[in-house]
Order: sequence, then C-alpha cells, then structure tokens
Amino acid sequence: MTLWAGMRSALRALRVNKLRTALTMLGIIIGVSAVIAMVSVGAGAQGRIAEQIRSMGSNLIVIVPGSQTSGGFRYGLGSQQTLTEDDARAIGVEVPAVEVAAPTVRGSAQVVYGNSNWSTVIQGVTPDYLVAREWSVRNGRMFGQEDVDSAAKVAVVGQTVAEQLFGDSDPVGQTIRIKKVPFALVGVLEAKGQSSFGQDQDDLVMIPLTTAKKKVLGTTVQSNPRAVRDISVRVRDASLMAEAQEQMRSLLRQRHHLQAGQDDDFSVRVLADIFAAQEESARVMTMLLAAIASVSLLVGGIGIMNIMLVSVTERTREIGLRMAVGARGRDILAQFLVEAVTLSIAGGLVGIVLGVGTSATIASLAQWTTEVSPEAVALAFAFSGLVGVFFGFYPAQKASRLDPIEALRYE
Amino acid sequence: MNLLGCLDTPTSGEYLLDGQDVARLSRDQLAVVRNRKLGFVFQSFNLLPRTSALENVELPLLYGGTPPAERRARALARLRQLGLAERAAHHPSQLSGGQQQRVAIARALVNEPRLILADEPTGNLDTRTSMDIMAIFQGLNHEGITVVLVTHEEDIARYASRIIAFRDGRVRSDTVVPDPVDAAAALAALPKEDAA
Repeated sequence: MTLWAGMRSALRALRVNKLRTALTMLGIIIGVSAVIAMVSVGAGAQGRIAEQIRSMGSNLIVIVPGSQTSGGFRYGLGSQQTLTEDDARAIGVEVPAVEVAAPTVRGSAQVVYGNSNWSTVIQGVTPDYLVAREWSVRNGRMFGQEDVDSAAKVAVVGQTVAEQLFGDSDPVGQTIRIKKVPFALVGVLEAKGQSSFGQDQDDLVMIPLTTAKKKVLGTTVQSNPRAVRDISVRVRDASLMAEAQEQMRSLLRQRHHLQAGQDDDFSVRVLADIFAAQEESARVMTMLLAAIASVSLLVGGIGIMNIMLVSVTERTREIGLRMAVGARGRDILAQFLVEAVTLSIAGGLVGIVLGVGTSATIASLAQWTTEVSPEAVALAFAFSGLVGVFFGFYPAQKASRLDPIEALRYE
Repeated sequence: MNLLGCLDTPTSGEYLLDGQDVARLSRDQLAVVRNRKLGFVFQSFNLLPRTSALENVELPLLYGGTPPAERRARALARLRQLGLAERAAHHPSQLSGGQQQRVAIARALVNEPRLILADEPTGNLDTRTSMDIMAIFQGLNHEGITVVLVTHEEDIARYASRIIAFRDGRVRSDTVVPDPVDAAAALAALPKEDAA
C-alpha cells in the first residue's frame, strides 16, 4: 500500500467521526500554537535586547573611576576622580585597537527656554562621543573640536528635551539657558529610546566638555580640574575587544603609577557583556516557555493515543477482515500509524496558523515585540508529527497483533 | 473453517493447501497464502463501510501489491462478471443484501484464488437471493474453483457435489452427490409473482 493511498484511507476513516477527530486534533492544535506563540514572544524579547545593544553602540567599552584606598579607607566605585582627559587622549593615541576615546562629565541642571523649563542631564562631551555611542544628529549639527577648544557656549539636545522645551517648533538656532548661562542650540540628536535600564537616553543636553567644566558643572568640588566622569571607548572591531581591554588596563595602571600589588583605581566595563547576560536570560526564558507549551503538545498526544485505542476497538471486525483478505501485521500497523500521524500533522498545520495568529495578536494587544522564527515553526511541526508516531504506535501495534479469528467474530 | 482459511494453524496433523504444508507458516506467511490462494465469503458480508464496492473488491489486490491501474481494472472486471458494474461507486449501505454478497464474492474472486471459503453465505438472505448466490457458486465450481461452503440449511446443501456432515466437531457422513440440483434452473423455476 502506498503512503498516498494510506493517507487517503486514513482521511476517510477520520472523516467518519468529524467531531471526535476535531476534538482530538484540538489538543495538538493548542500545543503547536502555544509553542509557536511562546517562542515568538521569547524571540521578540531577545531581539529587543539585541536592538538595545545596537542602540548602545556596539564595541563600546566604558571606563569609570574605581575605588581608591586613602588612608585605609576604600571609597566606592566612581566616587573618585581618577580618570582625566589626558587618560582619554592617551588611550586614543596609544592603544591601536581603539578608534575613539571620548571623555565625559555629567551633571544635572535646569534648562530654560522662554517660559518653559526642564530638569535634565547635562553632559560635557567631545564630538568623539557620538562616534563612540554610534549616535548622530537628526537636525542641525554636532559642535566641533574647535568649540571644545574654545569652550564655546553651544549645545545639542536630545529628542525628549527638544519636545519638552520647544514642542513642535524647530529648536535649532534658538538660545537656551543652563544655570543662567545662555547657549546657542546647534543640533537635535537622533532619538535613541530607552536604555535597557529603563532610562530615557534622549533626555539630555550635550555641551562641550570644557564649557561644562568651566561654566556649568564647575570644577570647584573636583580636586582635579582635568578629571572626567567616564571615558567612552569605541573599539575598531569586535574581535579586538579583549585585546583593547587589556591594553587600556595596563596603560592606565602605568599612567596612574599603580604598583603590582595594588588594585585598579578604575573599572573597564564592556556593556555588550552585560547585554549578553540579559540575552542569555531571555533565551533561557524562551526555552522555559517552549518547554511548558510542549507539555500541552504531550497532552494532545495522549488524546491521540486514547482516540486511536477507541478506534482500534471499534474497527476490530474491519481489522479481522483486512487480515482475512491478506493484510499482514505490518499493513495494519502502517494503516493505523498513518491515521495517527495524519491526525497530528493536520493538527500541527492548523496549530501553525493559529500560533502565528496568536503571536501577531500578542504583538498588537500587549505591544510586545514578537518574532515568529521559521525554525520554531518547523520544530513544532516536526514535533507534532513525532507525537503522532509516538502515541499512535501502541494502538497501531495492538491492532496489528489482533487474532484474525477473534477479530472477525468480534461484535 | 478457520483452519481451512489459514486463519488458525492446526495443533496436530497437517494441512496441505495446494501442495504446501501451511501448518508451519508464520503469521505473515499465512497472510500471503490467504491473499493469493483463498477467497472468503461471510454470512454478514463484511464489506468495509463508507467504501465503494470497487474499493472493497480492490482490497485483496491492495495487500497483494498490485499497481493501482491494474487493481482498478481487475476489480471492475470482477464486478462486471457478477453483474454489478453500474454499482461500482456505491457504498455497501446503498446496496441490497444480495448485491452486497455479490460484491463480497467479487472480492473473494479478484485475486484468482484456488479455494473459496463461504461461511453461511446465504444466512442473511431471502430464498430467491440465496438461490442466486448459490447459482454463482455453482458457476464458479464449474470453472474449476473449489468452493467450501458451511451451512445449516439442507436446501442450500442440495446444490453441493459433496456433502460432509459434522456433528459436535466430528465427521458424521461424507456423501458424494453425483448430480446436484442446479441453482440457476431452480431459480428460473420459481413462480413469477414471487419476484415482485
């Protein structure tokens, strides 16, 4: 008997009890669609994290001041001003793997335009900062190195600040006041969205590093006028990350005159690593969801087994007759197995449609990103077929082992 | 009957079917013997429900591995032989008892068996139809096919050329009938109004 003929006779047998067939299939349908929907939600979360890595700037390393021991007292990370503009310059010049090293200072202040005002983050940066963060100006221009050198009173604002202060009008060319100092607005930054920590990355004003130190954030509280808050470093290539990290570390240790036994007074952070960990946890989550969803697939399989056992009992006479006219055990086995697999594969196909639909619904209702991966669809489908074989085997084997005499006499 | 039909194997003794000792065959080998050399006709017809007459007749060929086109042609030829060519697409539920039994006989014949085993084939049929079926069996017998028919009815037994009577599992008598009643002639002799 060919597979096609087997499928046809299986379909005929399944049509006899339409409701029963539909209910049995429902188990597989729910299982497959749950697996697809859950995996697509998980994959969507992973995709979002990957998107955040891209928004951070790939190949980004941030160096922050570390703890410092002073008279036996250890200060917390970032509490000290051990990093300077000169460290940044040295890194940029001396470490070949580094494309740019951008020193930054940061504070918060009230920004005023006309009669509206907004409290935001003020960042003193160099133009290299946008390169390091893979950021660009949407409107107007970024201030240049000459503005930094001359401590010019120019500013670039993020999307959020632009909206808060200017509404719909164009901010470029306007003058804003930061701590009463007037700044000429030269550009608006591209929107970057939330950081993975939920921070609005567009809620900031960038001004030249020098201007920030001299006129806005002040240097009075800082013991070292050259000190910076952190240094954002962009490495030329992802493969050079480890090398760049090591080289920067030894360079800084040398520049900071640290002895062999002393701890680093700075900390090198590879943000991609943090995200990689998040991505890993999202992946584990996806697998967990898929595992839970596959339990329903398993339950669907048990439903198939149940119905196939009923079917074998109901059709005992038919089996007896088939054996009488020459069906061998394996012919009967194949017949019922094909029936079970047809049932589960049909359920699988409907489940795929339903699963894709469900993930689209989740995406639009819950505003989550979902990603239906072809691999998950293929896997769920293959798994549904496998469930058919696995749970169809026992009933089919039972049918194939019937005694033809008993079967023919069965009422 | 089960032994003759190779559905069961003897616990002792031997059974030579067409010169082959079937007592020692495996289940699968028995299935092949049933498929190639035997045809079954049952009291309750045992046709597959919701399956056309043609497909019912094709069933033994399906398990014999005959290619589809040939299967169809041979099954149709047998149905035609039994006067059911126009009913090939009908399901058993759309056929009369006599027609169903003729489909069953077509199925038994389709693989050109050496032996036909009929287990009370007329048990569910009226007299006229029973005669009709018996006429078919007699015709097949004249073509050289052995027909073994089990029955409780003396009337039906009259059509056989050899009658073996069993009682409680033992042979009571074994009579060769030199000139059995011709079923076709008997059918023709029935009063006409009975046909209505």
